[in-house]
Amino acid sequence: MTSGPNVDAFVEFERVQKSYDGESLVVKDLNLSIGKGEFLTMLGPSGSGKTTCLMMLAGFETATHGEIRLNGRGINNIPPHKRGIGMVFQNYALFPHMSVNENLAFPLQVRGLSKSETESKVKRALDMVQMGAFGNRRPAQLSGGQQQRIAVARALVFDPELVLMDEPLGALDKQLREQMQYEIKHIHENLGVTVVYVTHDQSEALTMSDRIAVFNDGVIQQLADPETLYERPDNSFCAQFIGENNKLGGKVIAIDGDTATVEFDDGATCKALACNCEGVGERSLLSIRPERVKIESSQTPDSVSARVLELIYLGDHIRCRMDVHGHNGFIVKVPNSAGHAQMNVGETVNLTWEREDCRALDVI
Amino acid sequence: MSDTHNAPVIAADGTPLKARLARALFRRKLDAFLLVSPLLVFLLVFFLAPIGWFLSKGFHDDLFSTEMPNTSAVLADWDGTTEPTEAHYAALVTDLVETRKTRTIGKVATRVNRELSGSRSLFTSTARKAAKMEAPFKDALIKTKKDWGEIAVWQAMKAASRTFTIGYYANALDRRQLADGSVVAQPEERRIHVKLLIRTLEISFQVTLYCLLLGYPIAYLLATLPNRTSNLLMILVLLPFWTSILVRTTAWIAMLQSQGVLNDVFVFLGVTPDEARFSLIYNKLGTLIAMTHILLPFMVLPLYSVMKGIPPSYVRAAKSLGATNWTAFWRVYAPQTVPGIGAGAILVFIVAIGYYITPALVGGQDGQMISNFIDFHMRRSLNWNLAAALGTVLLLVVLTLYWVYDRVVGIDNMKLG
Repeated sequence: MTSGPNVDAFVEFERVQKSYDGESLVVKDLNLSIGKGEFLTMLGPSGSGKTTCLMMLAGFETATHGEIRLNGRGINNIPPHKRGIGMVFQNYALFPHMSVNENLAFPLQVRGLSKSETESKVKRALDMVQMGAFGNRRPAQLSGGQQQRIAVARALVFDPELVLMDEPLGALDKQLREQMQYEIKHIHENLGVTVVYVTHDQSEALTMSDRIAVFNDGVIQQLADPETLYERPDNSFCAQFIGENNKLGGKVIAIDGDTATVEFDDGATCKALACNCEGVGERSLLSIRPERVKIESSQTPDSVSARVLELIYLGDHIRCRMDVHGHNGFIVKVPNSAGHAQMNVGETVNLTWEREDCRALDVI
Repeated sequence: MSDTHNAPVIAADGTPLKARLARALFRRKLDAFLLVSPLLVFLLVFFLAPIGWFLSKGFHDDLFSTEMPNTSAVLADWDGTTEPTEAHYAALVTDLVETRKTRTIGKVATRVNRELSGSRSLFTSTARKAAKMEAPFKDALIKTKKDWGEIAVWQAMKAASRTFTIGYYANALDRRQLADGSVVAQPEERRIHVKLLIRTLEISFQVTLYCLLLGYPIAYLLATLPNRTSNLLMILVLLPFWTSILVRTTAWIAMLQSQGVLNDVFVFLGVTPDEARFSLIYNKLGTLIAMTHILLPFMVLPLYSVMKGIPPSYVRAAKSLGATNWTAFWRVYAPQTVPGIGAGAILVFIVAIGYYITPALVGGQDGQMISNFIDFHMRRSLNWNLAAALGTVLLLVVLTLYWVYDRVVGIDNMKLG
């Protein structure tokens, strides 16, 4: 997490707090700097404060405490229409009584651009999203994906340096959503605008972002690039929220450098990378990604024995649910490659993993 | 493929599929019809039939031709300009004797009086003496009342003898039909109906406009406030709506009359001296104030339901695109409330144009509307035919305005909730 004044920051939240009712804080002490040209995603479950942050940035909510700066300038007292921030709304908010062209011309008209300039900019924006032929349609005559493109074009048509997107793909079906993810990503790369993107879909966040801020309970749990976030989650919440994760609860009995030894409830022990555990004698949750677990044919000193409870055939891989040290929700993904291990339900197998892949984290 | 299109498709039991389908659908249609039939019968018997019968009175009037058959027969051949002959007078006397016997002479006299005012007593007094009259009847009648020699009396009777007449419609539009069938404008001092119709339209337009001006902000407030507060305010809108119109109207009398609350306050504040209090009621102003208040919910409710359906993200989007509050409202919010404005305006206007109780109570002289005149002809002058004609004219005006509204705004654009 970055805090304090930052010279390179384009958007900056400094000690920002927000409360709606004066009793509880929706956003607690938020510090966040976003670089120019960055694609930053605010990811979190609903009610985690991510949309509130976006609305404060857009100017539709006022911060209860703290300062928000854009390009080094405090914007707390600047009304939304003077901030010059493009925004894509959850349900697109395309004006239903205007044609696509009129929708795109709207921000240019209120800025007093000439007619010819407006026309050329609208055309350029429509071409950018491959919707040049749809200028005279009404939003209601467009499919969801087409409306989505128009909404993006409208947010970009007046050349804002910052674009906010509030779960813009939530209403699309899975296939279209994936396609739009790439398109938005490419538009971002081509134009070099700064994008702040809000979503609760972790795969969307991983696909598109330069950095991801994971929100929970009004606090940024971790701010990192997608790889770091997935590979090295700072805490159990991030490990659970991003990707699939196996958790094993136990008690730390020794810490040696960055290696923690954890004792499970059934007495067995295991070595893990000490990341975010309180210390010897405290409880910890071990986090292991399902694809990092290997099934060994023979027992080794580090292996763990597990009983197969359920096998689900998924084509490219086989999901095995296993009982490991009394945790019966332990998932292992076995790639469906030539000569993969054959297993039967009820059978006991040996599992191994690298010490680095098993992270000892806090208990939630 | 083409075979299946040409040959009739056969259902499983061998009959053509179309016939089976029609039979199956007929049963469902019959069920549906039976379910609505009680209401349909009720509406037909107690609503549509009486209204149709009543409206037909506007152009159908067989009183004179039934009660005075002989006179009607000879008048049918009369050209309306030449001197009436002995045959006319003889027929008249026969009918006068008969109507005196059946005690219907009063009705006949009233009917002719509508065509020629002042002729009522001519008929009733002559009828009393008609039984003793002897031929030649022409001289006998003129001897009794020399008015019988006047051609105008005969023209009035000819006009009254028409079973199907446009006379009442002519009257409703400040015209009258002469004995030769031509229609001319009424004399200046008798032209009241067109003026009244224009005043009715004017009052309705004004009431609609004031309701919109007052109702729009209220509806906006109701739609944007948090639910708990807006529900409370909604009760304040609905409470008067549920109160009797009579109560609300009389409450306005208490408020607005010259010794009323409002005038007392004005005098107390020194706005006006005690001897020159404002006349806020028993005139057009009183009608406007009371009707605007009473009809306000009809405007607020459709506006509210339309506004409630406009997500706040539209205005936010407009602002994020650089629009000021005013531009965002005017170019993005207001156009989306047009269906509500349309629905509210047409509701208020149509209810207002036929309004009766409020103008009757607080309208005084110049606050009366066309419904008050229809009522007058129904209950006081008992000229139901003219009342029917006036009612039909009002109905046609409303339908025309509705048609214009549909052309200009589009009725599909209306949203009641």
